[in-house]
Amino acid sequence: MLKIKNLHASIEGKDILNGINLEIKPGEVHAIMGPNGSGKSTLASVLAGREEYEVTDGEIEYLGKDLLDLSPEDRAREGVFLAFQYPVEIPGVSTTNFLKTAINQIREYRGQEPLDAVSFLTTMKEKMKLVEIDQALLSRSLNEGFSGGEKKRNEIFQMAMLEPKLSILDETDSGLDIDALRIVANGVNKLKTSETSTIVVTHYQRLLDYIVPDFVHVLYKGKIVKSGDKNLALELEEKGYDWIKEEVDTATA
Amino acid sequence: MSEILKETSLEDKFITHFNELESRINGESKSAFHDIRKEALESFKTLGLPDKRNEEYKYTPVQRVLKKNFDFGVVGEQATLSADEIRDNYIPGLKTNTLVFINGVFSEKHSEIISKDIIIKDFNLALKENKEDIETYLAKYADYKEDAFVALNTALAENGSFIKLENNKVIEEPIALYFINDAKSKEVHSQPRNLFIAGKSSQASFIEVFKTTGEQASFTNVVTEVVVNENAHIDYFKIQNNENTSYHVGTTHVWQDRSSYFAGYTFTLSGALVRNNLNIIIDGEGCESHMFGLYLLNGSTHVDNHTAVDHRKPNSFSNELYKGILEDQSHGVFNGKVYVRQIAQKTNAFQSNKNILLSNEAIINTKPQLEIWADDVKCSHGCTTGQLDEEALFYLQSRGVGKERARVLLLYAYAAEILENIKLDPLKDYLEGLVSERLHKNF
Ligand SMILES: Nc1ncnc2c1ncn2[C@@H]1O[C@H](COP(=O)(O)OP(=O)(O)O)[C@@H](O)[C@H]1O
Ligand SMILES: [Mg+2]
Repeated sequence: MLKIKNLHASIEGKDILNGINLEIKPGEVHAIMGPNGSGKSTLASVLAGREEYEVTDGEIEYLGKDLLDLSPEDRAREGVFLAFQYPVEIPGVSTTNFLKTAINQIREYRGQEPLDAVSFLTTMKEKMKLVEIDQALLSRSLNEGFSGGEKKRNEIFQMAMLEPKLSILDETDSGLDIDALRIVANGVNKLKTSETSTIVVTHYQRLLDYIVPDFVHVLYKGKIVKSGDKNLALELEEKGYDWIKEEVDTATA
Repeated sequence: MSEILKETSLEDKFITHFNELESRINGESKSAFHDIRKEALESFKTLGLPDKRNEEYKYTPVQRVLKKNFDFGVVGEQATLSADEIRDNYIPGLKTNTLVFINGVFSEKHSEIISKDIIIKDFNLALKENKEDIETYLAKYADYKEDAFVALNTALAENGSFIKLENNKVIEEPIALYFINDAKSKEVHSQPRNLFIAGKSSQASFIEVFKTTGEQASFTNVVTEVVVNENAHIDYFKIQNNENTSYHVGTTHVWQDRSSYFAGYTFTLSGALVRNNLNIIIDGEGCESHMFGLYLLNGSTHVDNHTAVDHRKPNSFSNELYKGILEDQSHGVFNGKVYVRQIAQKTNAFQSNKNILLSNEAIINTKPQLEIWADDVKCSHGCTTGQLDEEALFYLQSRGVGKERARVLLLYAYAAEILENIKLDPLKDYLEGLVSERLHKNF
């Protein structure tokens, strides 16, 4: 599904990603953990196509295509989805409002007929149940005055509507209470198939009790410095990151 | 040398217009209002047409563009517009009392009054028939001693409308005034004058539409005075969607008595140069005043909105939101004055001006001016100028919305914040249509 080779990226001349290698196969869940500022969100943004980040070296292959060649909208149309760590507020644009445009542009890209109003509504109702979100919220200005939990649920709702092949969840669990966490995780799990892959960026092992990863990677200073299975997450929970930082810092010193 | 001769002649030409008017109306020249005309003319002579040195017209040197583009000879009737051409300008689906002015002159033939309970008259006729109201209200608010264009309009006032709502009358059908300039063969200039009087607890909506057809230059200098008596409720719309050969200076002066409501909406979509003054005097307690503005500018359009709200009594509320989108080499000016007099305690006054610049060559000059003498008040103001929100753009793109479409979606949402305040549905639809068309929102 996704092959990242020696990825280097910078912003405003500052190197953030320093040679990332990662391969993700269909059906797999990969967790990416690591201390604040290690480059997790940068990696997610580069995958989604944010232009402020300059890719200075390396390549990304997605379903046999050169991902870096595609515009952000075409990546979405090819099945890439990013649940934002900090979803933006857009006054005057409601979720319902732009999702309809989004879905029909995606369908057009794929050579499908546009979705009529009734089918759109039916799909919406069905997906709303999945993340226990209210219609009223979806008609309001996007994220304006939403609680933290509402923002994150809205992200997963959009994911459900767009049915991506590769989902990147950037700290979707941060700040959620346990009920909201369960709802979000449950939604993600229900959307998972043997054809889809998920990258879960998180700080906390807690989420991984619900979304069980096949692999756990630790990102530090823009590099994957350690990989393992779900037990690595447990170990990090217990011991923190200092031991890894020390390992890396003494090795590079 | 010849340059100087030419410069003196512009004011002189208007004085010639006045002399021509005076000889034409000789029977009326003894009337009380004619004395005001004469005073206004003297004031116009003293003030002169404003240039850049005038602080209020610093960014909008109307004098220069008028000199450059107009001859200002005395013109007679020249309109050749067909009924269809006039009807094309009407707001679709909106049942209105319709007043048509061609080159500033009231056209009875094209006008239609459908509401009972309302007095609607050619301004000229009201001067003769409604002497008491004229003496009480006309030229009492729009100050011809301060502003040269108000002075000029007052000196030359003979065309326009007089509209009066008696106490407690609620007029369902809006009153739409279509000011149509026919600039097909020659330049046009008009100086319409309107007086709207809303009696106690009356209610109505006024819509002023300005439209020029034809390639020649047109200049409109309009003054509207709105008297909002106790507990009356008035919505007022000004819609400017004009040729790029059209020059417009307009002053709307509103006076509010206690517990009254006034909302002014100003939409500017095109034109060569537009200067709008909206002045509100809140002269009673418990008043509510709203000022909404939306300007979508492209090409070399220059639009200057000057607003002033004067809180003279306690316990009133005013709110202002003006938003602009500027493309190409367009130039926007916003100046918002809020006065809160010492006596006007417990005033709530809010003001905001927001601008999106879509090109490096577009210019906005924005200046809030708050002068507050009372101490127990809530007032705020803010202005923002920026590009389109890149984060929001990326967010929409990341959901599969194409960049161009995402841009339009965001711009439309930005404009909609103004549009959604309009309660008259057909009018709202009409304006949404104009805005969509301008933003190429064809989906
Ligand atoms: N837009 C930006 N401008 C400047 N520096 C940035 C920007 N975005 C991220 N960075 C820097 O890049 C580094 C990695 O940030 P980020 O990817 O957000 O880390 P993480 O998500 O792992 O906490 C940090 O040092 C951060 O300050
Ligand atoms: Mg992050």
